[in-house]
Amino acid sequence: MSWTKICPVNDIPALGARVVRHGEIDIGVFRTQDDRVFALNNSCPHKGGPLSQGIVYGDKVACPLHSWKISLVDGKAEEPDVGQTACYAVKVENGDVYLQLNK
Amino acid sequence: MKQKLVVVGNGMAGMRAVEELLKIAPDMYDITVFGDEPYPNYNRIMLSPVLANEQTIDDIILNTREWYAENNITLRTSARVNKIDRKARTVTAEDGTTVPYDRLLLATGSKPFILPIPGADLQGVLGYRDIKDTNDMIEAAKTHKHAVVIGGGLLGLEAANGLKIQGMDVTVVHKNEWLLERQLDKVSGKMLQKSLEARGLTFLLQKDTEQLIAKDGRVVAVRFKDGQEIPADLVVMAVGIRPNYALAASAGIHCNRGIVVNDTMQTYDPRIYAVGECVSHRGMTYGLVAPLFEMAKVCATHLANFGIGLYKGSVTSTKLKVTGIDLFSAGDFMGSDDTEEILLHDAVGGVYKKLVIKDDTIIGAVLYGDTTDGAWYFQLLRDRKPIHEIRDHLMFGQDSLGNTGHQGQDKVSAMTDEMEVCGCNGVCKGTIVKAIQEKGLFTLDDVKKQTKAGSSCGSCTGLVEQILASTLGGGYAPPSSSKAVCGCTDFNHEEVREEIRKHKYLSIPSAMKGMGWKTPNGCATCRPALNYYLISTWPHEAKDDPQSRFINERVHANIQKDGTYSVVPRMYGGVTSPDQLRKIADVADKYKVPMVKVTGGQRIDLLGVKKEDLTNMWADLDMPSGYAYGKSIRTVKTCVGSEFCRFGTQNSTQLGIDIEKAFDHMWAPHKVKFAVSGCPRNCAESGIKDVGVIGVDSGWEIYVGGNGGIKTEVAQFLCKVKTAEEVIEYSGAFIQLYREEARYLDRTVHWIERVGLDYVKKRILEDAEGRKAAYERLLYALQGAVDPWAERVNKRDEHKEFDTITV
Repeated sequence: MSWTKICPVNDIPALGARVVRHGEIDIGVFRTQDDRVFALNNSCPHKGGPLSQGIVYGDKVACPLHSWKISLVDGKAEEPDVGQTACYAVKVENGDVYLQLNK
Repeated sequence: MKQKLVVVGNGMAGMRAVEELLKIAPDMYDITVFGDEPYPNYNRIMLSPVLANEQTIDDIILNTREWYAENNITLRTSARVNKIDRKARTVTAEDGTTVPYDRLLLATGSKPFILPIPGADLQGVLGYRDIKDTNDMIEAAKTHKHAVVIGGGLLGLEAANGLKIQGMDVTVVHKNEWLLERQLDKVSGKMLQKSLEARGLTFLLQKDTEQLIAKDGRVVAVRFKDGQEIPADLVVMAVGIRPNYALAASAGIHCNRGIVVNDTMQTYDPRIYAVGECVSHRGMTYGLVAPLFEMAKVCATHLANFGIGLYKGSVTSTKLKVTGIDLFSAGDFMGSDDTEEILLHDAVGGVYKKLVIKDDTIIGAVLYGDTTDGAWYFQLLRDRKPIHEIRDHLMFGQDSLGNTGHQGQDKVSAMTDEMEVCGCNGVCKGTIVKAIQEKGLFTLDDVKKQTKAGSSCGSCTGLVEQILASTLGGGYAPPSSSKAVCGCTDFNHEEVREEIRKHKYLSIPSAMKGMGWKTPNGCATCRPALNYYLISTWPHEAKDDPQSRFINERVHANIQKDGTYSVVPRMYGGVTSPDQLRKIADVADKYKVPMVKVTGGQRIDLLGVKKEDLTNMWADLDMPSGYAYGKSIRTVKTCVGSEFCRFGTQNSTQLGIDIEKAFDHMWAPHKVKFAVSGCPRNCAESGIKDVGVIGVDSGWEIYVGGNGGIKTEVAQFLCKVKTAEEVIEYSGAFIQLYREEARYLDRTVHWIERVGLDYVKKRILEDAEGRKAAYERLLYALQGAVDPWAERVNKRDEHKEFDTITV
């Protein structure tokens, strides 16, 4: 498993996200208020909404299309909705964000 | 060592208190729950549907045994507690178990009142309270024919209806002149009797039961004081409930028709709390579920040592859970010499409505046959809202339901289970009823969350509310009109605004800290609201937080279902030019825009644009943003007006352009639409806009609070002015008040509904200084506003969110 350098963590707004395009796949890379970074498939399990465009709060994001609440930690939808979006391993080292992309 | 909490009573009030406690202090106590029934907590108000074959026992379980286990709660069922030792701080159950407590919660409920008459203890004589009673009735119906229900109250009628469905011949015996005398007046009581008789029930009114006659130990007949006797194989006593406080009284805790508690639900023993039907609070006892839940919430905050909640008593309303019969009552529905009443009675149509009014407020209501507006009247009653402004149409209801999406239905009772209630999410009536019953839902928010009905456009909310009310009966309490912004805070919208003003909060973190937000950075509901309140209260000073704005306002384009965006450039007053059109056509070609569409607001929409193309496209267009995506000024729709039209009396096009330029870049609680028509033919549809202006020969008429969407609302006349300048000043002042006082996501119509048009007129028309000042505040807020598209084109480096990182 190798790590791919993405961008400085400061290029992602706190309580915001950036889109990382890896071939055909878009990945949402999120940053919480307390500077934790998460990476999810940029697609809501409901109707494929681009999660990276949602409002981030706590360690959740509200999908911009129909407000499903998705956990950044495990990609699971908040009850009573049911669904899960794929997560990517992510780390921050020396102020840079790295993703594990070869799935 | 954790403290020990013992709960006596495994019913809805006690378990709700435990659930509320677990939410706020999950690890504080070791909890033991005693229940004298052999079941985990179930939804007692759904026993009637079980008896009526609409539900099963399994359907109405609220907390399964697994739930108790998952939350580390020790559950002792079939264990009646018969002793509290307050010195040793222990409780002892009939089976001999003794458990110590640090705090004790009594939720012993109530028990049916059994008439003290000869034969009351015979076989075949029941109260109607629990699963066992219900099962006994179902069993009796299999082998016996004649049922007599003593008591024509809510419970008695629901029992009678259920027994009839179980196949028995049912007679209801009632002491009073009419049924449900605690909920209905005579007229509506008689209407109810008639419709129940049509279902095959028999009624004996003004009858006093003398004794029950036995044969071989089982009841066979009921004899009345007037000597009449009727056959009875099953007698259900439903003459009322009594708070069950014997246990508390035996432990020396002060009781008076119930366990006496203060506003924190504490008994006279500070270690002991009590909630539910067993409680006497400020001299009142309650038998409906909504007040019990309020008590439970308050009690939980004190058990958790937060010490913040106070229970101040409840106003209750009731409905009868008999399928197909619609009645609602609340407050003082009988009235007296010093009250007025408004009455509507259609005997043939089976509709009766009575509102009791005192000192300009509703104090009571009875509705029969059409309870559509029950929740609204209840809200007006509870909030003591003055009604003089709406008095002339009060009786015809709020008509709050959207116009479309539910097949023209506005009464739930007339809908079949298969009919669609929510046209956005395709949810049928039956699905909603089932979810309420089986998932134990009690609030509108619960239903929206679980079923999605009413969670998109909200047009069907009124219907969903009716379904909830009729399914829950007395269990439903409509939300107060001043509820908290969201779960992150207890403040309502007005209080949040006041705090921001008072303490001059200029950023979201400082506002949240100052107001004691319960979550670290709010949620997707409160953050956009806070952001708007900050920037509208402190323009040029408060920090606008893009991360607290919905995506559309963050990127100044409207997100579409596939994640692409739409781009709508401004065309002031709907007027364009060949040059503009050419430019738009070139851009559409260059970026291969999949669809070009004319909008309802007289401009052009370029749909299907990729986010990463937005900035380049804006640069090529070189036109200002049309704000077609924001809670902001949208368009000023105009007609041709006096420049070309042979009927036009005023230059509506020019005024439209002037207004759109004057208020450009304006954020608001929701979208704001204007229209200007040049004559009363009103081709610009000014009657359904937030501000609609109509030119007449002698000047301009201004209308406010119109809406053409979910619910068509006709704008109301505000005033007539002479000049175009006055139109801008008056309408600007109106919009500024809306910006300063409306709740986030309220349109102008909702705001006016709340504050009243009289109030708006007072501020705009009677107070010239105030009007000018409001208009000045709007101009100040808009000073130096820049076009967001140009800003992003010019400062690309500062707006990295438009660029995708490719790896």
